[in-house]
Amino acid sequence: MAADSSEHEHYEAVVVGCGPGGAAAAARLADHDIETLVLERGTEAGSKNVSGGLIYGEESAPYTIDDLFEGFREEAAERPVTDYRIHNVAGNSVKTYDLRDLHEHDTEWCDAVLRRTMDSWLEKRVHEKTSETGGGVLTDVRVNGLLRENGEIVGVTCDELDPIEADLIVAADGVNSELARDAGLMDWAEPDEWFQGVKATVEMDPDVIDDRFGLESDEGVAHLFSGDLFSDVRGGGFLYTNEDSLSIGTVFHLDSLVEQRAEPHELLDALLTHPLLATWLGDEYDEREYAAKLVPDSKKVAHPEPHQGRLVLVGDAAGQMQAQGPIIKGMNHAVTAGALAADAFAVTRGNADPAAAGRRYAKMLEDSGTMDKLRPRRYDLARTVGERDVVTSVVDSVLESPIGSIAVGNPIADRLLKRAYNSPFLVSMLPDTATGYVTLPSVIGETHGKTIHWENEVDPPSLEERIGDLTYNTDVGNPHIELVDESYEASGAAVAACPVSAEEFGGGCYRSETVETNGTEETLVSLDTQPCVECGTCAVVADTEWEHPRGGKGVEYREG
Amino acid sequence: MEVAMRSIALTKGVPDFSEGAVSFNEEGHLERGKTPTVMNPNDAFALEAALQTKVRHGGHVTATSMGPPGYASVLEEAMEEVYADDTYLLSDRELAASDTWATAITLSAGLEKYIEEVAEIDLVFAGFKTADGETGQTGPQTAWAMDWPIVTHVIALDIDPDERVLRAKRLVEGDIDEIETVEAPLPCFVVTDPEFEPTYRKASHRLTHKQLRADTQERAANHEDHLTTWDHVDLNLDPDYIGLDGSPTIVSSVDPIPKAPSEREATMIDADDEEGMTELLEEMQPFAAGETG
Ligand SMILES: Cc1cc2nc3c(=O)[nH]c(=O)nc-3n(C[C@H](O)[C@H](O)[C@H](O)COP(=O)(O)OP(=O)(O)OC[C@H]3O[C@@H](n4cnc5c(N)ncnc54)[C@H](O)[C@@H]3O)c2cc1C
Ligand code: SF4
Repeated sequence: MAADSSEHEHYEAVVVGCGPGGAAAAARLADHDIETLVLERGTEAGSKNVSGGLIYGEESAPYTIDDLFEGFREEAAERPVTDYRIHNVAGNSVKTYDLRDLHEHDTEWCDAVLRRTMDSWLEKRVHEKTSETGGGVLTDVRVNGLLRENGEIVGVTCDELDPIEADLIVAADGVNSELARDAGLMDWAEPDEWFQGVKATVEMDPDVIDDRFGLESDEGVAHLFSGDLFSDVRGGGFLYTNEDSLSIGTVFHLDSLVEQRAEPHELLDALLTHPLLATWLGDEYDEREYAAKLVPDSKKVAHPEPHQGRLVLVGDAAGQMQAQGPIIKGMNHAVTAGALAADAFAVTRGNADPAAAGRRYAKMLEDSGTMDKLRPRRYDLARTVGERDVVTSVVDSVLESPIGSIAVGNPIADRLLKRAYNSPFLVSMLPDTATGYVTLPSVIGETHGKTIHWENEVDPPSLEERIGDLTYNTDVGNPHIELVDESYEASGAAVAACPVSAEEFGGGCYRSETVETNGTEETLVSLDTQPCVECGTCAVVADTEWEHPRGGKGVEYREG
Repeated sequence: MEVAMRSIALTKGVPDFSEGAVSFNEEGHLERGKTPTVMNPNDAFALEAALQTKVRHGGHVTATSMGPPGYASVLEEAMEEVYADDTYLLSDRELAASDTWATAITLSAGLEKYIEEVAEIDLVFAGFKTADGETGQTGPQTAWAMDWPIVTHVIALDIDPDERVLRAKRLVEGDIDEIETVEAPLPCFVVTDPEFEPTYRKASHRLTHKQLRADTQERAANHEDHLTTWDHVDLNLDPDYIGLDGSPTIVSSVDPIPKAPSEREATMIDADDEEGMTELLEEMQPFAAGETG
């Protein structure tokens, strides 16, 4: 190998992925005049990406996206969020709290975004910047692993290109990072370390949005939903206003989805068809796109030392996705981490130890306070002592008793609860149990709420129609996921949890089938990757060999 | 940087058959003026091969065509596709209605003039057959006129500029199942097969490709500034040997393809159905006797 390694192409830095993390890293590397090549598997940046999505500019963050990309808010973002509310739902009874205090805590600005628009805009800027260093952005290229020499990471290997060597490799390849897995830094094992997000982008005229939400054209709103509208599945819903569309979605703990055998698309439909949404959606519902993606829970998986040799992980690849109660912050942290990784490489440039940049990067994450946002020490402590479970069961039993409900239901509690919801500290401590997500909000809804009598006329598209509306460039005969164990015990959870599959639906990715052999019945699972939206769920909940499709293949999101 | 390569990509316009607006004059010649013209679809592969050469080795691509002034639009299309640096149109009323032979003479005269006045050429690329003439002769005939080696049915191409040779994978007899690798010295004529696929396995090549695309958009928008037109006087050609007068090929007539009769109804008869089979045999009798229905 050593003999032909001199023939490999070499760049000072290779950045894998052109989402917010990769874009920030590449832009900052270019600022430091470092020759930077960016490899993105989508046919255009953003074509593979999904977020809710509100992007935050945090006051305390060392970098925000508008620092790095001038004109970002004007040109790449949708509406700014000027109003922020949470709705506690119990049946048709809803209690709404103004959450502006929580939302505005440490917030310089916050805008809704659509990822195809945002990321493709970033891609152009990044290409301009990195071209000047002798590099640039290449799309339709999938990195499939790390290039090693004598056991050391020295570069990347790709489906479409010959191996490439680099002094710095930035894995900004998102939640299902194949590079983080190849390096052994992350695994895809435990469902309780992930959320699954599902989203519908809904067409709506700007004037209609202004009118229905009571907004000026330069204003926007974020509505959050929790309570019993998702049965017992732990998670919540969101609705954000874009310029000429709405982003409506749900985010659930993956372990809870699996436990309840819940169907993600049905949970989304439960939100879309709730009476509360009737006034906003009206009677003409036009869904532009259905999308889904896993989301890491930084409290559990943010890697404290996200580096190895010349490799650094940034953003979702490193698990840097903070769920601060109902507020989801992934994009902003990916930006910070990407920029810090670039700075770390710049200051350690010339150091003979190839791992110097990685160590410096981890230190910068720590010193800037980023790591403590992602993995609050408090939470880790509570988790190890098992304190969480004790607290939860006590609170649960109190809440479920009539006395408890009355206590929560009295007027003082109403004030206190609103304050508690608005406390970033309390919210980040909220244990991942049904208490915070379901019991408490529904008790609030029930006892303080107003009953909603609106008639919701929305008839959401079926899963089949949703899949039919998506754009695919299928890699015929070359499926990117292989089912290793087709028994129902090992892989059956994917039939319900896969956002484009469902029990009793033959047009999805996963199907279950009962076969009879020698008089004994057995349920088997089969897989067809054609309708796959590459969310990553089955990499965790089923026994598979999971890879991304080749560059430019698979699903192509137009909204994200 | 490696030794840069200068390529010519030959292209021509063809009537846009997709619109079904093809018209012929009284003598049975295609009336191109009344039919929208587009770039010959097969030329796209020749252009891709020229582009691959430029991306990998640097250099210059000139797109060249012979035809009426209206072909400027075809060359503009070619410029957009191949990111050509400039374009040459060999155009003259005397050159109208040439067959492939006269075209080949004219093209080789154009190439000779280019070599004399512009630069040495390393490679000439041509597509496989045109969508209208369907003869597949122009490439080989032009190569013959130039006395250059020619490699046809090329599906993949590697060039060694230092050794001045090309290595090509080609389909033997145009057969997809039989592929051979051949070597030829430069300068050389290359006819690409519709199976030709450019490959860019180096990041630097893809970056160059992307840069060329960006640069070209501007150039193609001002295509006239990059277009040179040569007529028969420029090419020093005798009208008697070119154009319609110099075209020995005569297409006697073009027959419309008869339409398959489709009004008849099909009756399904089971082989075990004795009665039905007997009826069928009776019905078929007249055909067997040589009468037609
Ligand atoms: C439903 C939902 C709602 C969310 N809401 C919010 C929100 O409101 N606010 C917020 O801040 N965050 C939100 N998030 C999370 C947020 O989307 C992520 O945290 C964020 O996108 C992470 O950025 P990243 O750059 O690390 O990764 P990504 O944005 O995922 O980018 C990774 C990039 O790498 C590319 N890639 C992957 N593998 C390869 C490969 N092998 N080779 C080449 N390229 C590759 C991908 O195509 C992609 O472009 C939400 C997520 C979901 C699913
Ligand atoms: S097959 Fe797997 S990766 Fe694809 S959509 Fe379903 S769960 Fe997600």
